[in-house]
Amino acid sequence: MTQPLLSLRNIQKTYNGIDVLRGFYLEIQQGEFLTLLGPSGCGKTTVLRLIGGFEGSDGGEIVMDGVRINDLPPHERTVNTVFQSYALFPHMDVFENVAFGLRMKKLGEAQIQSAVAEALEMVQLGAHERKRPSQLSGGQQQRVAIARAVVNKPRILLLDESLSALDYKLRKQMQIELKTLQRRLGITFLFVTHDQEEALSMSDRIVVMHEGRIEQVGTPKEIYEEPKTLFVANFIGEANTFTCNLIEQRQGEVLLGYEGRTFCVKTTKTPSARLTLLIRPEDLRVERRLEDVKSPNYFEAVLEQVIYKGTTIDLLLRLDNAREIMASEFYNEDSDALLYQEGERLYLYWVDGWEVLLDEAE
Amino acid sequence: MKLSRFARFSIALLFVWIVLFAFLPQIMVLIASVLSKGATDFILFEPTVQNYARLFDPIYLQIFVDSLVLASVTTLLCLIIAFPFAATLARAPKAWRPLLLILVIIPFWTSSLVRTYALIALLKTKGLINAALLFLGIIDAPLELMYTQVAVFIGMVYTLLPFMILPLYAALEKIDVRLIEAASDLGAGFWSRLMRITIPLSLSGIIAGSMLVFLPALGMFYIPDLLGGAKNLIIGSFIRNQFLTFRDWPFGAAASMLLSLMMLLMVALYAYAQRRERA
Repeated sequence: MTQPLLSLRNIQKTYNGIDVLRGFYLEIQQGEFLTLLGPSGCGKTTVLRLIGGFEGSDGGEIVMDGVRINDLPPHERTVNTVFQSYALFPHMDVFENVAFGLRMKKLGEAQIQSAVAEALEMVQLGAHERKRPSQLSGGQQQRVAIARAVVNKPRILLLDESLSALDYKLRKQMQIELKTLQRRLGITFLFVTHDQEEALSMSDRIVVMHEGRIEQVGTPKEIYEEPKTLFVANFIGEANTFTCNLIEQRQGEVLLGYEGRTFCVKTTKTPSARLTLLIRPEDLRVERRLEDVKSPNYFEAVLEQVIYKGTTIDLLLRLDNAREIMASEFYNEDSDALLYQEGERLYLYWVDGWEVLLDEAE
Repeated sequence: MKLSRFARFSIALLFVWIVLFAFLPQIMVLIASVLSKGATDFILFEPTVQNYARLFDPIYLQIFVDSLVLASVTTLLCLIIAFPFAATLARAPKAWRPLLLILVIIPFWTSSLVRTYALIALLKTKGLINAALLFLGIIDAPLELMYTQVAVFIGMVYTLLPFMILPLYAALEKIDVRLIEAASDLGAGFWSRLMRITIPLSLSGIIAGSMLVFLPALGMFYIPDLLGGAKNLIIGSFIRNQFLTFRDWPFGAAASMLLSLMMLLMVALYAYAQRRERA
């Protein structure tokens, strides 16, 4: 593999005696859209600030292009940040905000003029260059912040929860624009968010963080379909989890016990004695009659609530042991889902191989 | 907007106060400044512009120029000393700030005249500063500090420094740290950040502080008198002399009006800067 653009090696960071990052390792490849995803307080913003140079680490190395950059101040680093609050300079107009980095590099006036014009054109703000940030909408301010960072052609663009202040529709639109921009510019993006949907839809790779450690690194598909830990499974998307006992391991499959039922699941791994069976709501099929169930692995549950969501219908059911279970069906005109009566007994099964086995118990 | 009775009462009280104790006296000074001085009366009701014309006499003009120089240099010194001071204060841990601010304010609890006399004890030939410097072997012979321009500036800056620190602190504290970080992120080193971000964003504080130092500096006659040996006359002492010594009230009033005019100009400048900042 080629040398990574940036490596974080064994980073330690402590605030007021609390470990924010513990033995943190991360490699960022040239040109990728990498997302740090995790709940607030997981240390993801700290990682960004360490790379930006706003914080010093208490241990470990930050290496960019093979050079240790731990002690470089922010203004000597070839990365730029799009701040969560945008941090646009209120006393400068849009043009001067975007030109700031270029002026610091002491470029010629003609060069600055054309570079800024191009950057503003790229974010479709060419007509607003003489406005003050306070005269712009949230989405426009966001774009200025992006243009101001991108115009410097950073090796890595750091984006700190950059979309979280926007309303839903604008956020969706900006997600697409950011992704398009990243492809066109070929700049490496390091994006920080707590929004799993945002992470899934934009990233090449996702780093799921929890309490200062990395839970899993992978493509959005890997993270969603093959979560490595219970935390990842629960944090990303909805998940039905069942703590099972290992009854028997056979050739290529295991027998699991859950509340008096046995499930036969294919696996080549040797699981531990107690493990978690994970099934996404959309992977569950619902039937009224046992004859229609096309798998020996099934649950019996009472329908409690039908939640209509437009494209899907969520069924909230309860097992005999009072555990809640959620099943989603795509809505179509012929769907039976809307016809189910609350209080009705239904059968739930899943297609072999769509389940995930995790070697930890809740 | 509907105001409560208390709000209306408070505003009315303030209004009456300002009219009675600021506006009316100012009008009286204005009227006095265009009247004549009598042999037996303080003021004769004979309109004249003579008082203003006399102000442009080179002798009096020199007093104005001297005062302006003294006040300007004092303001500049205060600004240079107070800026890093206030910046440090504004970035100090939140828990410390009230204590640090109280330390800035404590000298106000003593009359500034008393503090000026205390400075004499420090500055005089056998004073504390000379004693300390001699003791430490930094100098061989005592420095002549008293009755010099240096002593005047020490006194002025010492007395007026808190008036510069407080508005600067208020302005600097409001600057979002992330703006400084953003500038740093975009390649600005210490001086670029200071010149392009910190100073422009604290401009209203700089102007407010400069006004609060510059205006009193024009009138603080007792400091040049006590520490500088009354070698230079400044507007403050000049006005006092006209009223108390020479009993030429109209001329003193005209000088007062000129001073008021200068203040008005500075307030207008401040208002302009604030409006620009908000836009």
